[in-house]
Amino acid sequence: MNVRQILPFLLLAVAPALAQTSDPAVLAGACQGCHGVAGQGSHGIPLIKDAHSRAEFVALLQAFRANQREATVMGRIARGYTDEQIALLAAHYARAQ
Amino acid sequence: MTISRRALLAAVPVALATPRLAFAQAGAGRVVIIGGGFGGASAARFARDRFPALDITLIERSQTFTTCPYGNLVLAGRRTVESITFGYDRLAARGVRVVHQSVTAVDPAGRRVRLADGTDVPYDRLVMSPGIDLRWGAIEGYDEAASARMPHGWIPSLQPITLLARQLQEMPDGGTFVMAIPDNPFRCPPGPYERISMVAEYLKQAKPRSKLIALDAKNGFSKQPLFQDAWEELYPGIVEWRGASSDGRVMRVHPATMEVETEFGEKVKGAVVNVIPPQMAARIARDAGLANQSGWCPVKPATFESAQVEGIWVLGDATIAAPMPKSGFAASSHAKHAIACIAASLAGRAPPAATFFNTCYSHVGPDYGISIVGVYRPGPTSLVEVEGSGGISPRNATMSPQRRREHRHLEALYADGWYESITNEMFG
Ligand SMILES: Cc1cc2nc3c(=O)[nH]c(=O)nc-3n(C[C@H](O)[C@H](O)[C@H](O)COP(=O)(O)OP(=O)(O)OC[C@H]3O[C@@H](n4cnc5c(N)ncnc54)[C@H](O)[C@@H]3O)c2cc1C
Ligand code: HEC
Repeated sequence: MNVRQILPFLLLAVAPALAQTSDPAVLAGACQGCHGVAGQGSHGIPLIKDAHSRAEFVALLQAFRANQREATVMGRIARGYTDEQIALLAAHYARAQ
Repeated sequence: MTISRRALLAAVPVALATPRLAFAQAGAGRVVIIGGGFGGASAARFARDRFPALDITLIERSQTFTTCPYGNLVLAGRRTVESITFGYDRLAARGVRVVHQSVTAVDPAGRRVRLADGTDVPYDRLVMSPGIDLRWGAIEGYDEAASARMPHGWIPSLQPITLLARQLQEMPDGGTFVMAIPDNPFRCPPGPYERISMVAEYLKQAKPRSKLIALDAKNGFSKQPLFQDAWEELYPGIVEWRGASSDGRVMRVHPATMEVETEFGEKVKGAVVNVIPPQMAARIARDAGLANQSGWCPVKPATFESAQVEGIWVLGDATIAAPMPKSGFAASSHAKHAIACIAASLAGRAPPAATFFNTCYSHVGPDYGISIVGVYRPGPTSLVEVEGSGGISPRNATMSPQRRREHRHLEALYADGWYESITNEMFG
C-alpha cells in the first residue's frame, strides 16, 4: 500500500465515532509493553517493526480479531481496536513502501 | 509556600537542563512527575521519546526500584531480588531530570511542589503516580512493627520481599505458610494468587510436607477458574484457599504467636505469615486533595486529569480506574495517554481520543503461564471495557492436552518477554 491508499483509513480515524483522533504513539504504547519499545520482540514475542507491509499487518490483526490465526493473546487484544486504529498502528509499525 | 530560586537550582542537576529556548516552542512546558514507578517512569520515558520539547523532572524518593511484578518469582527461588531491582541512570541519560527526594507538599494554586529538603520545584503540569500506602491498623494489630514478623511484600522496595523470601527459605518442612488477602480494590488483583502458586511451587520441591492456607476477604478473584484448575493439577493437597463465606476474612493478627484471627474467631497459626493488608492512595496524593472519602483518587476518564484538582494528572494504582485493574501495565497505559493530553493542553490542542490497555500475565508453575487482557475506552463517568475484547486465557477443558501444554508454556515464556519489555522501557 502507498500513502494514497492508506489515506482513506487515516481519514476514517477522525470520523465522528471517535470525536478526536487517537495518538498513534499512545496506541503503539500498548503494543510496546510486550513487543518492546522498538517493536523488536523478545522471549518468543515476535518482531513487529518493519516486519510486514501495511496490508499484511492489517490482515494479520484482522485475522487475530476473527480468530482465524492461532494466538495465545492477540485475538483478545485485536478485538479491542477499531479498523481506523488498526490502520494507524499499521502506519506506525509496518514497512514504509 | 515561597520559592527560593537559588535553592531550587541547587537541588536540580544542571547538566541536563533543557535550554531556555525550548520553552518558547509550541507545546513546551515544565512537567513534573512525582513517583518513579510503573506510571511515573513510563511517563518520563514516553515524554522524552514522543514530546522532546517537554521539560521533564522526575521526583522519586528511592535510589532504586524493586518491581512488585516478578517478586513472586523470587519466592519461588527462580529469580534474585537484584534481578528485579533497577536504577534511574538510563532515564537521566535520556534527558530526564531525576531528583531523589521525597515530595512533602503540593501547591496546586502556586503550581509548585515542595521537597523534603525544603526546596520548591515549579511546574506547568503535574503528574502524580505515587502508588499506594498500606492501611496500617485496618487489620487489628497489623502495623509497621507487626510487618517485620509478618511481611507483606506488597510495595516496590527491596526489604519486604527479601524478608518474606528469607522466612520462606528458613521455614521447616511441614510448616504452614499462611496468607491474608484483602477485599477489592487493591494493587494487582491476580497478584495474591500468583503468589499462592509460586510459594506452592517452592514448597512442592523444597518442603513437600508443608501446606499453604490462604484466607481471603472475598468470595471470588481474578482468573479464578484458571488458578484453581492449576492448583488442583499441580499442587493437590498443598494449597487450601478459603473465601469470605468460609470464614476467610482476617480481622486481627497476633504477631507474638504468629497467628491470624478470622471474623468468627478462628485462630490460624503459621510458620510464615504473609499479610496483604487493605490499601489506599499514597499519602502525597491524599494530602494534595486528590482522593475522595474512599481513599482513592477519582480522575476524568477521558484524560486522567484529577476530577478534584485542576492541572494535576493522576496515574496508576492511586486512581479510581475500575473496571481497569491496578496493574503496572495499566499504569503505563495511563501514563502515555496523560502525557499526550498534557502535550496537547500545553499546545492549546484538544486531547487525543483515549484507549487504555492492560495485560496481566501470571506464573502458576514451571512452564505454566496464564493471562488476562482488557481494552478500555472512556465512558461518561468511568472507563468501559470494549465489548468482545479482552478476557482470560482459555480453560483446560477447552483445549486438547497438547495445545494446552503448548498454550501454558508459551504464556510463561511471553510473560518473561513482557517483563523484559516493560522494565526496559522504564529503566533501559
Ligand atoms: C506481588 C505483585 C505482583 C504484581 N505483578 C504484576 C504484573 O505481573 N503485571 C502488572 O502489570 N502489575 C503487577 N503488579 C502491580 C504493579 O506493581 C502496580 O500496579 C504498579 O507498581 C503501579 O504503579 P504506580 O506508578 O501506580 O505505583 P508504584 O509502581 O508503586 O510507584 C510509585 C512510586 O512513587 C514513589 N513515591 C511515592 N510517594 C512519593 C513522594 N511523596 N515523593 C517521592 N516519591 C514518592 C514511590 O517510592 C514509588 O517508587 C504486581 C504487584 C504485586 C504486589
Ligand atoms: C500481552 C503481550 C502483547 C501485547 C500487549 C501485544 N502483543 Fe502482539 N503478539 C504477542 C504475541 C504473544 C504474539 C504471537 C501470537 C500470540 O500468541 O498471540 C503477537 C503477535 C503479533 C503480530 C503477528 C506477528 C507475526 O509476524 O506473526 C502482530 C502483527 C502483533 N502482535 C501486533 C500487535 C499490536 C499492533 C499490538 C498493540 C495493539 C500488540 N501486538 C500488542 C503479544 C502481545
